[in-house]
Amino acid sequence: MEPIAIISIFVLAVFVGFEVVSKVSSTLHTPLMSGANAIHGVILVGAIIVADHSRTNLELGLAVAAIILATINMVGGFVVTDRMLEMFKPKKGGENK
Amino acid sequence: MSHFLYSLIGLSAGVCFILALKGLSTPKTARRGNIIGAVGATIATVVVFFYAQEGESLPLNNLGWILGAIAVGVVIGVPAARKVQMTQMPQLVALFNGVGGGAAALVAIVEYLHLGDKANTAEVIATVFTVIVGCVSFSGSIITFLKLQELMTTRPVVFPGGRFVIAATLAATLGVAVWVVIALGTNPLLILAALSLLFGVLFVLPVGGADVPIVISLLNAFTGLTVAASGYVLDSTLLIIAGTLVGASGTILTRMMAEAMGRSLFGTLFGAFTAKPQEASGAADDRPVRSGSPDDVAILLNYARRVVIVPGFGLAVAQAQHTVRELADLLISKGIDVAYGIHPVAGRMPGHMNVLLAEANVPYDQLSEMEEVNPTFAQTDVAIVIGANDVVNPAAKTSPGAPIYGMPILEVANAANIIFLKRSMRPGFAGIENELLYDPKTMLLFGDAKASLTKVVSALKNL
Repeated sequence: MEPIAIISIFVLAVFVGFEVVSKVSSTLHTPLMSGANAIHGVILVGAIIVADHSRTNLELGLAVAAIILATINMVGGFVVTDRMLEMFKPKKGGENK
Repeated sequence: MSHFLYSLIGLSAGVCFILALKGLSTPKTARRGNIIGAVGATIATVVVFFYAQEGESLPLNNLGWILGAIAVGVVIGVPAARKVQMTQMPQLVALFNGVGGGAAALVAIVEYLHLGDKANTAEVIATVFTVIVGCVSFSGSIITFLKLQELMTTRPVVFPGGRFVIAATLAATLGVAVWVVIALGTNPLLILAALSLLFGVLFVLPVGGADVPIVISLLNAFTGLTVAASGYVLDSTLLIIAGTLVGASGTILTRMMAEAMGRSLFGTLFGAFTAKPQEASGAADDRPVRSGSPDDVAILLNYARRVVIVPGFGLAVAQAQHTVRELADLLISKGIDVAYGIHPVAGRMPGHMNVLLAEANVPYDQLSEMEEVNPTFAQTDVAIVIGANDVVNPAAKTSPGAPIYGMPILEVANAANIIFLKRSMRPGFAGIENELLYDPKTMLLFGDAKASLTKVVSALKNL
């Protein structure tokens, strides 16, 4: 890829990242962090690509370890975030006397 | 699949991640946001199986290994995330972040082994960056996990000459990094990884108490940046977008968390270099305190007009959220005005208390944020502090030497009576003595928060 294309993507993504979370109440700091944490689990894609590349046992072994770790990060991250947020869902009945 | 289609699908996953972060910023859409993020991640993962990378063909090589490894990851990750107690979530997030950083470092190392001499300088620099930051994130997160799980001391660990050791490690790491870029070769890269792991440990050890969540958030942003760097080496636009998004939003989030706690981000970051052994806090440990029985507490509450409940980590530990709601309902049925005063960082993580109380179906309108509730303490008859300490500690205002100095606190000292439910006289997470415990208008009720509250509730019912 053209270096300038990569730099453009990077710079624009920085601004989008700043902008989307600029106003968030402290209540959501932890779930937001946890959700962002799950998103970087997408390194799994990179781990799969390098496993595909692997020619030696050493490379494959490291790549397999990377896939396991990345999957834990991604899948576990989304599940734990959902558990945190499940408690925010609107509850019906029983509250008003 | 054509490269164009592959990139387009990757882009749609990137858009999902943006929408996910946007959704996660508002309570109403937070849950949907998280699901959109998961959908994006799934799309990204599935599509990579159907695209032949440059110089490769379909199906992917080592397909069995890849699928098996994913299965292992799911089998470890999902039960861990489902079974964890609410109190232990911060540690788990730290751990997930750490393994993500580790994965990024491993990916960089494998790709480096694979490219060998073909790597250009920019790729080597990106690899070096990923290895350093990924390893720091990995070992640093493990230490924060150990601290939060209380498998090691929660206080800052400072040893004589520590800052020189840290500075030397950092210098060595950077030196080896330059060596890798110039000389290339596997051994220098492995030395670099080892040094970075060591630096991660040294970087987090001096961090204590309230700064730990900030460091987790910071390491999370770091891991995002390593993913972006890996994306550059692997020529994956999606990884660049996703990693940069997390890096940028994580940085902002870290700053917001630091502000909510009244900490300077700079101070947290470079605490490793500036940490001094802490000044001895609160000289007299054996001053008299006034402790009461559940009946005393019940009587005090029964004749109050306004009660503010201040929950803290002790509530989470005792899993007392349902009992506290029972108490609040009982007081409301007696015509007493009840509010929860929520400190933004009560517990171990921002928002920890809101999550716990929401689980117990406490209505939102009873939860008051700090700015809202502070002016009302003067009209409050009883403030009940349940397993909180640092967030009500006046030392944050009065003693400039205290590690929490400058953090905004809940001003329970202005209430007519203060009740502390505590397990013991042990100071809070930040390890600072709380003057309020010795205040004449304070009554202490020792014991597990849930057991104590249950006794207070039954005493109230008998009045």
